[in-house]
Amino acid sequence: MSRKRGSKYAAFFLLPALIMLAVFVIYPVGRTAYISFFDENGTFVGLKNYSKVLTSREIIDLSGFSRGFPLGALVHNIIWVAIHLPLTIILGLSLAVLLKGVKGGSIIKSIVFLGMVMPMIIGGVMINFMFDRNLGVVNAFLGLFGFQAKSWTVYPDSALLSLIFGSVWLWTGFSVILYSAGLETIPKDYYEAAKLDGAGPWKTFTKITIPLLKPITVVVATMTLLWELKIFDIVYVTTAGGPGGASNVMALQMYIYAFRALDFNRAAVVAVILTLFTLLVSIPLVRSVRDDER
Amino acid sequence: MKIRRVALNIFAWTIALIWIVPFVGVFMTTLRPLDELIHGWWNFDSFHPTLENFASAWNHPTAALKKGMVNSLIVAIPGTLIPLMIATMAGYGFSRYRFPLRKSFFILVVITLALPQQTIAIPIFQLMNSLNLIDSYLGLILLHSAWGLPWITFFMRNFFTTIPVAAEEAARIDGANDIVIFFKIILPVALPAIGSACALQFTWVWSDFFLALILIYSPDKLLITQRVPLMRGVYNVDWGLLSAAAIIVMIVPILIYLLLQRYYIKGMVGWSLK
Repeated sequence: MSRKRGSKYAAFFLLPALIMLAVFVIYPVGRTAYISFFDENGTFVGLKNYSKVLTSREIIDLSGFSRGFPLGALVHNIIWVAIHLPLTIILGLSLAVLLKGVKGGSIIKSIVFLGMVMPMIIGGVMINFMFDRNLGVVNAFLGLFGFQAKSWTVYPDSALLSLIFGSVWLWTGFSVILYSAGLETIPKDYYEAAKLDGAGPWKTFTKITIPLLKPITVVVATMTLLWELKIFDIVYVTTAGGPGGASNVMALQMYIYAFRALDFNRAAVVAVILTLFTLLVSIPLVRSVRDDER
Repeated sequence: MKIRRVALNIFAWTIALIWIVPFVGVFMTTLRPLDELIHGWWNFDSFHPTLENFASAWNHPTAALKKGMVNSLIVAIPGTLIPLMIATMAGYGFSRYRFPLRKSFFILVVITLALPQQTIAIPIFQLMNSLNLIDSYLGLILLHSAWGLPWITFFMRNFFTTIPVAAEEAARIDGANDIVIFFKIILPVALPAIGSACALQFTWVWSDFFLALILIYSPDKLLITQRVPLMRGVYNVDWGLLSAAAIIVMIVPILIYLLLQRYYIKGMVGWSLK
């Protein structure tokens, strides 16, 4: 479909974007990587900043595993992924299937999606509110089972987990919407054929729905992982990473190093580590684009 | 069979309830005076709704949302229109022309989609500092424009590959050049896709917190999202005030979503599913 002619026109269409990207995105990325190898006087120090950061208690604190939170920002991010990603996929897929056959399903979908629409800084306020001692619905609910009411986000043991479960509430709408769109693309005949062959609902779900939705699952997982790795606003506004670093995450730690401690070199290291993770995660995305362009 | 259906419906609406209760809670907390909230906002023994909290958030002495709303609009409108224009052109360019390194450039654009904002924060701060653009909306608008380019380019390029080139070829035979063709033929066809991109980009710029946090510092220049954290006290949270602030800040993107739902969802799904 593409044309060969008129590469001056190609320049007209593409150069503004490429120049802006080069100045405000590509150059800064390179510069961040660069300063991560230097000390504050501009002397090249190799990987020294990296070893300094990776052995600091803010990033990885293995003694936390016997003592309790904090476990370090990097470990917290990993815990975030380990809890949030499976819940997002399972909830998204099962809700999409459930809501397809329910009266008013699209209204429920819109309601669940509201969490995705609000600014994440407000998402944080909502999480604080849900887990608040006096006003929070979480306590009202747990109170039915005899639990003592408390503000879950202010205690080291429960701060991070509260934020993670709160973020499930915020983000589930995304996977529901994507899986719903995916379900629309599965031809009805498949289900009818399965029915004729005597397959029950569970078998249909595992043998038809899940395999055919695999491309969607890849997209949902990629986008969700990127979101989890970049978590910042929610933590900043609810706990600011506290108490005592118990809910700290990498993106926030980068901000603290750079704009509170004014240690740009260490902050750059955190940024680079975070970026490496996101690049790793985006491999399927890049791959699909590459194959698409062939 | 019927029982199963009813059970599924009840279950689904229970889920909806779980999702909507926090919104109701925030709303009730805003509307009611503090002494009515002590036993929970769900307790309606006495009920005296008031709009006082909205007024105090709107005219807050140190973090008035009135000013924040204006500031955020000043940033979000150009921060939406500029990248929309530039990235629509770029998306068209990627979909229609063959040139050396095209694939590499496009993959580069896709990779930048994944980057955390933290990766560019320090050099951007230094760059803006040397350009005297710290605490200036111009710097923030430029940054938002650049940051929005990758995903809009990706999204528009995917849209353009679905548009047949026949109309363009016909116009070319009639002697129109590519720039005229783009503005006269392509843009009108692309309006729905541009609408989707517009709704999402505006929402994201409006919702942004981090980029504003590193560039905007003067109290009267703070954007609306930056004012929310300032409203919670250190030891005692004034939930009435904070809830009112939350509602005011989220009402804008929620309205956009409700009014442009079709475009919004299309943007979300299309952007994610190539």
